[in-house]
Amino acid sequence: MLNGEPRSVPSGHCVAQLLESLDLRPGAVVVERNREILARDALSTVVVEEGDKIEIVHFVGGG
Amino acid sequence: MSSQSDRGGSDPWVVADRTFASRLIVGTGKYRSNAEMTRAVRASGAEMVTVAVRRVDLTRSREDDILNHLDPDEYFLLPNTAGCHTAEDALRYARLGRAAGMSDWVKLEVIGDRRTLLPDVAATLQAARQLVQEGFTVLAYTNDDLVTALRLEDAGCAAVMPLASPIGSGLGVVNPYYIREIKRRLAVPVVVDAGVGTASDACVVMEQGVDGVLMNTALAAARDPVRMGAAMKEAVRAGRRAFLAGRMPAREIAVPSSPGEGMLDEDPNRDPSRRTRGSARPTTE
Repeated sequence: MLNGEPRSVPSGHCVAQLLESLDLRPGAVVVERNREILARDALSTVVVEEGDKIEIVHFVGGG
Repeated sequence: MSSQSDRGGSDPWVVADRTFASRLIVGTGKYRSNAEMTRAVRASGAEMVTVAVRRVDLTRSREDDILNHLDPDEYFLLPNTAGCHTAEDALRYARLGRAAGMSDWVKLEVIGDRRTLLPDVAATLQAARQLVQEGFTVLAYTNDDLVTALRLEDAGCAAVMPLASPIGSGLGVVNPYYIREIKRRLAVPVVVDAGVGTASDACVVMEQGVDGVLMNTALAAARDPVRMGAAMKEAVRAGRRAFLAGRMPAREIAVPSSPGEGMLDEDPNRDPSRRTRGSARPTTE
């Protein structure tokens, strides 16, 4: 699941590759995988697994 | 703080380890466009601005990302936990905000009631304790309750932020006495957060002696947010200056501003204290 919606990712892809496929810069977002925040330098080592719940967040306007 | 520094036009205040010249903090939500938001924030003169943590909209991420519209070198971004209804959720959002790598500051907000958006103070306190333990600099949104404010200070919050009135209501300060008492009793900065509707509200807030004021809807929902941003900048300064100046005592009877002496056709030998008939002023014998 990616941001609440099902998505298939090529097997063996790391989170950094997922971001690239979404046209997102790793520096502009924060990634949470199964409720755990991924450090930026872990994005290229953590492989996306079947059933992972991934949240990609960033800053938007708010009070 | 001193009136001396005010004469120089500079009246900075400090939260944790950061000094701010502007006492106005603004939110960045609910604007009609990001371009308008950017211009309104600039007009307000605010240095600290709040932002929210949300899912990237994977279809149009570039437009949403606040960092494409506000330069983090120009503004100090304060991530909030707005929209969270439990301490656990607030911790999650705070940690995500910190992971963005800009600072360890967070505007903690845990909502307890959907209609009024009044804070869940027990959950806020619980989350504040945990976040402080994790090294966060916590600015906690709360209601105008003194005891909660004291507990939040005890918990290690860097600033306590009581509401003027409910979020987005624009009702202004409903209880200036409580706001003043919170400011009198806390050592950490007190920022009034939420409820300001227009410039006079901001002025009244600052006249209570608090350190700063945080607002969002007052700008975003104004017909002209940029102009309102400029108005708020002046109102916050005016209110702060009036506080430092020390207002005259209010009284329910008029006191003339012009001299009673020297009126035409007066007998200069008459006792001047008896000139004003019905005066409450005691006559000297």
